[in-house]
This record gives sequence, C-alpha cells and structure tokens, in this order.
Amino acid sequence: MELLGNLGDGFLIALTWENLFLALMGCFLGTIMGALPGLGPSNGVAILIPLAFTLGLGATPSLILLTSVYYGAMYGGRISSILLNIPGDEPAMMTCLDGYPMAQAGRAGEALALSGIASFVGAFFATWGLVLLAPQLVKVALLFGPAEYFALFTLAFATLGGIAATNQAKSAFAAALGLGLAMIGVDTQTGVPRLTFGEVHLYDGIDFLIAIVGLFALSEVFVFLEHRGTDRDISTKPPTAVGRIVPSWSLIRFCIPTMGRTTVLGFIAGVLPGAGASLGSFISYSMEKRLVDKDKTFGTGDPRGVAAPEAGNNAAAGGALVPMLALGVPGSGTTAVLLAVLLALNITPGPLLFTQNPDVVWGLIAALFIGNVMLLAMNIPMVSLFTRVLLVPPRILMPVVAMISFVGIYGISGSPFELLMMVGFGLLGWVLRKLDVPLVPVILGTLLGNEMEVNFRRAVEISNGDYSVLVGSPLAIGLWTVAIVGFVLPIVVGGRIKRRMPMARDEESAISD
Amino acid sequence: MSFESIRRGIAAATVVVAAPFAAVAQDFTPDNPECIAPANPGGGWDFTCRQVGKSLQDAGLIPSTMQVVNLSGGGGGVAFAEVVNKRSDDNDLIVAASSATATRLAQGAYPGNSMDQVRWLGSIGADYGVIAVAADSEIDTLPELLEQVQENPSEVNFGGGSAVGGWDHLKVLIAAQDAGVEDVRDVKYIAFAGGGEAVTQLLAGSLQAFTGDLSEAQGFVESGDIKVLAVLAPERLSGEVSEMPTAREQGIDAIGANWRGFYAPGDMSDAAYDYWVGQLDTLYDSDEWKAVMEANGLAPLDLHGAEFESFVAESVSNIENLSREIGILQ
Repeated sequence: MELLGNLGDGFLIALTWENLFLALMGCFLGTIMGALPGLGPSNGVAILIPLAFTLGLGATPSLILLTSVYYGAMYGGRISSILLNIPGDEPAMMTCLDGYPMAQAGRAGEALALSGIASFVGAFFATWGLVLLAPQLVKVALLFGPAEYFALFTLAFATLGGIAATNQAKSAFAAALGLGLAMIGVDTQTGVPRLTFGEVHLYDGIDFLIAIVGLFALSEVFVFLEHRGTDRDISTKPPTAVGRIVPSWSLIRFCIPTMGRTTVLGFIAGVLPGAGASLGSFISYSMEKRLVDKDKTFGTGDPRGVAAPEAGNNAAAGGALVPMLALGVPGSGTTAVLLAVLLALNITPGPLLFTQNPDVVWGLIAALFIGNVMLLAMNIPMVSLFTRVLLVPPRILMPVVAMISFVGIYGISGSPFELLMMVGFGLLGWVLRKLDVPLVPVILGTLLGNEMEVNFRRAVEISNGDYSVLVGSPLAIGLWTVAIVGFVLPIVVGGRIKRRMPMARDEESAISD
Repeated sequence: MSFESIRRGIAAATVVVAAPFAAVAQDFTPDNPECIAPANPGGGWDFTCRQVGKSLQDAGLIPSTMQVVNLSGGGGGVAFAEVVNKRSDDNDLIVAASSATATRLAQGAYPGNSMDQVRWLGSIGADYGVIAVAADSEIDTLPELLEQVQENPSEVNFGGGSAVGGWDHLKVLIAAQDAGVEDVRDVKYIAFAGGGEAVTQLLAGSLQAFTGDLSEAQGFVESGDIKVLAVLAPERLSGEVSEMPTAREQGIDAIGANWRGFYAPGDMSDAAYDYWVGQLDTLYDSDEWKAVMEANGLAPLDLHGAEFESFVAESVSNIENLSREIGILQ
C-alpha cells in the first residue's frame, strides 16, 4: 500500500539521532510550557522559532521540534488544570471541571495518569486520521461556509448550560460577560473600534491568555491572600493526598467509550479551520456530559469528565494539522504560527504540499507518532513528580503562581498595560468566585462569541441581508437541529431528574469553583 | 485620485537598481542594536525583525546581535506610541513596519500619532497584491470581474484576510475605482481572519473573488484551485509567477504592494539615521538577501532614506483619501 510506504519513508527520515533528540526536547519543553499558566502552545512554538533558526535546522528537523512542542503543550496544559485549578492554556480549561475535584478528593495521580492516557488516545488516533483521511477531510472543511460556522458556534453555546449545572442563571450571566468582553476591539467587519475608549491597547481585543491567567491564576492568589492568617487559611491545611499513581484497568475501561467518542468529535472540530482545539475540548466535554452523565457526577470529579476534554483537545490538535498541511490554512492559532515557519523555510504550504514536499510531510507525521509515544512514556512516570506540586505549601506555591503569571504575560506582550489588565481580570475573577459565578463560561463566551458574531455577519452580508441563508444547507439545518435538541432536551428531561435528586445538587455547588 | 508617484517610485525602484550609498566611513555604530516587532512572536513583523537582524549580523553589518523585542497591541499602535513617547532619541532602535502601519496611520488608528513623528528608514521588499477567482469561475480577466461588480455589485463578494478598510480591502477599491466603478462603497468585501481562510471560502463557494497577497495565493495557483486574474504590480514579476498578468496590462491602473520595512525614532541623530539607512541598503543589495526574499515570496521594492520617507507619505495620503471616500474616515 502506497500510504504505508510513504509512512515508512517518513519514519526513515524521522528516526535519526538528531531528530529523535529534537522530538524529545520538544516534548519536554512543550509539556512544561503547556503546564505553565500564561504560556500556551502558540507562544511556546513561537518562542522556540528563533532557536530552530539559530541552530540552523533544516525544514524537517525544525518542524519536528516545533510540532513536538505543540503536542507536548497539549499534554502539559492539563497538569496545572488538575493540580491547581489553573488551566495551563485555553483548551485545558475544561479539564479543570472534573480534574481539580478529583485532585481534591485525593485522586490527583489517577486524574493525571488517566488524562495522559486520554491525551495519547486522542492524539494517536487523530494522527492516523491525518494519515488516512487528509485529502477527503479537506472536502469536509469546504462544506463549512459562514452560515454553517455560525450554526456550529451556536451549537456550542446551546450546550454551554451543560457544563455548570449548578446555577444556570449564573452560568448564563458568566457567558454573557464573556460575550461582552469579546466585543472589545476593532470590529473586523466594519473597521470601527468598539468599547476601546480610545485606548490603543484595546484595539486588538483582549488576549484570551490574559483573561485566563487573570481569572484563574491571579484570582486564586487573591483568594489565598484574603484567607491568610484566618482559620480558613489554606496554608495550614494538611497537604492533599496524592492517591494511587496508576489508574486501575477497570477505570481505564470505564473511560474507553468516552475517549473513543470524544476523539472523533475533537478531531472534526480540529479539522475545521476557524474552530480549533478549544472548541474541540469544549464540545467533547459538554456532549459527553449530555450523553453519559446519568447520575450528575460530571463536575464533581468524574474520571470521564477528565478523559473527555483531554482526548478531545489532543485529537483536535492532530485534526488542525489537516487543513494546515492539505490546504495551507491554519486550523488553530498554533498551526498559524507553524505555517509561518513553513513559509520561512521556503516551503509553500498549500494543496500541493503532499506531492511537492513528501519528505517534509511524511517525516513530520512519523515524528508525530514518535513524539506521542515519547509523551506517554514521559508523562506516566512523571505523574508522581508532578503531584509533588500538591505538597508545596500554598504560601510558597502562590507567590510562584503570581510570578509565573506576571513573567509569562509580560514576556508575550512586553507592555505593562497588559499586566494591569491581567490584575483587573484577577480581581474580576475573585469577585465572581465570591458570587459563586463559574469562570469557565466567561472564557468560552470570549472565545466563541467573536467567531459566532463574525460568521453570522459574514453569512448575512454575503446573502445581502437574507436571513434564510442561515438554514440554507442540509449541514446547517443538521447543526441547528442538534443545537436546539441539545438546548431543549435537558430543560425537559433534566428538570425531572433534578427534582428526584435534590441532594446531589447541594454537593455539586460546594465544589463548583 | 492618482497613484502616479507610488507607481513612479516602485517603477524606479524595480527598473533602476538604486545607487549604493557611499557612506563607508561610519560616524556611528550601535552599542545594543534593538528591533521592536510590534506584534506577538510568529507574525510578519516578528519575522521582519528576526530575519533582518540575523542577516545583518551574518553579513557583519552590525557589531553585535540584534535584540528583538515583541511589543504587541493596537495593530502596532502600542509600539508606535512607545517609540514616540519614550524612546524618541534612541539611536540603537529600529522598528518593523509594513503597509498595515501606513494604513493605520492614515486612518487615525494610532490615536494621536502621525507618520512624521518617526523617521522612515527603508523597505526590504514587497508582497504584491493579487485578485483571484476559483479555477472553475467563468471570469477570466480583471475587467470582466469589475464589469460584473459594476452591473450587479451585490452578487460579487470579495474576501480577504484584513479587516474592512485594511489593505486587502483597499486594493480592490483601487482597482474598482480605476475601472470606473462610481461608488466604491458598493463593492462588497467580507473580512476573514487570514488570507488562507478567505481562499478556503472562495473554494467553498461562499465568495466570488479573493483579494490578498501573492504569497497567500501562490500555493493554490500551483495546485490549480484558483486562477489569478491580476497581479497588482507595475510589471510582470520574475520567476514562476511571470505568467500572471498585471492589472495594468489589462488597462486597469492599480498597484498594491504590501511592503515591509523599518522606521526609527523621530529624534534619532542624523549620523545614526544614515548608518541604519546605509546598512539596510547594503543588506538589500546582497545576494544573501535576494535568497531570503525569494524564500519568503518578497518581490523587489528598494526604497531607502528620503525616497522611502516620501513613498510612505504618499501612500498615507492616498489611503487617507480612499478611506474618506468609503466612509471609514469621517
């Protein structure tokens, strides 16, 4: 089979000592960058570009290094989500919801190992998807016009209520707040600045990373400061137990169907340029919750709630390489940076990449497989190392979190204004925590709101104001149906279940933040 | 409105190889050469800084490593304000710029700042604009497309990677204006997050035409997915892309170059200014830089010192007029 021959050639290219070393280094650096709040995959890759150029690496080794960082960061993001309730990057946000409660319940080791396995499954099968289906999948991407994208993002919003089941009104408020934040900046469809108050720093809109680091990491620091010296002082609490490191086979088996489904969902979200890994992990989580959360355990430390977003976002990372390699169109922020690297290496990305530079493409794909195995091998034994973080007393940990946040954000933006904005988000996060408003919908509102809006306006503008275009294709109608069912069904069915289980709700609200 | 002098400037630059600056004796050398990239790592400005910094050092044109600082925000406005307000007499500093900088200056998108607050050093190349349609489109020439726009503007959707009022949008309007479209506001332009996304929507059938830079379109031309109706260059480009017709040879006098270059703080000393202009010019003429340009899809645009300053001034005022006509600027 030609495909396997190509893949074999790819392995021949990738399996040199130099490339293996680069992959190992990339995986390691990526994991760390992913775990540090403020450094996500896209800036992780961007920061290492000069390194690749300085070392004088060729096209294939550079790409191997940078994609290892990319995959590594997708793995690493979960670590701080689970241990500290601070997402290392945007896609890892959903992992907080069940990962942190698991860690609090003394199952941090299990959560980390399980999410590592889920990440591997997601990335591994997504890479196979990339090998087998890239040319066909391009056609799927071409089915999505602005109207279909709008329906897709609406679908994501319709299922939003599912992620924080405690108080729908509060999560709706949080999402609305996020939508409002998304409106800040120059409107690309008219070129008019909105809500910028003449402040040039706001013209580009608010960087998600600043919002995430402020809302999650800094607000945690503020909560710590607030309780310092009081009887609620967390620094005097005995360290949380770490629990077993290797999850039992029955637990893994329990999560296999979840991983399978979310890998597919995440992969599809990744393939669509303009959707990406955040949407992948989000849709994976909320769909899985809709599907299997019969006992309302999601959000309270359900292992499936850890496996779902991790398999989803790693599958999306693989999926995002499909449009990048096959079309030259980035499916996520990170692949946009990778594309820039390709251009700088004198490789024209585009539909002909597979035929013109097969060595690059297949070497890269082989490196992805290698990197993936390396990451799994690196991550499982390191679980016990990671969990030591929980043993660090908060009075040491919290200043470190604050320092990393400040250094990270200043490193990307280089301007004090962004630091002030981050502190502002920290205060906002602190207030929202006091009011028991979930933070995740704020970020989702910001992330998805913008895309939803521009695609709506693109669709209607192209059709000259004819709104029927929004339901103008079978695909759009299908997406709308799923969105409406996903929104209405829980209201009808969920109400009945909730009445039967008033007790479960109280427990949930206790650990919701 | 006339683009006469831009055209003349570009034509002069491409046809005549500008005489190398004779400044060999240097009155100035930077102690800590620094380049501000007004965007996040990985973007176009970042590459401009890093690539030029590396090439300058490799060629021995600067004494030490160029330190690249990313100062993002406001589409370059944050860096512009920083340079004007805090670093205006820094002799070691250069800042990456492109036509996007000129566009935003013209549209007042850097509040309180104008182009004469800094000194313009020189260009390092240009990415010419293209207007393209899907390969199976019935339209074969730019005049045909613009005729359709004239007859039925609501049926032709242009898509590109910049915001409304951005360079990709303005390029179409320049062409439309020259073709006699009376009210350029009738031309429909849909903004996308990047040129690649816009091409995808062209292939998906949502759009009828694509406007962007040649480097964004090239991969799809080679694969046969799209056809370029016109390159907005003064004359045909060399190399593989020489088959693409220019707008001018089809009777539409439109030129749109996305140039890349540098500016420096406004109170930089003349000695330092001459130094940077001279080094950039020497770099531009080197064979190494020719290779970099080719690798990055940059076409020649060789303007330095005063020449570059007037080129930028001219494009700022042209963009200002056009923006006023389409209502972006009141």
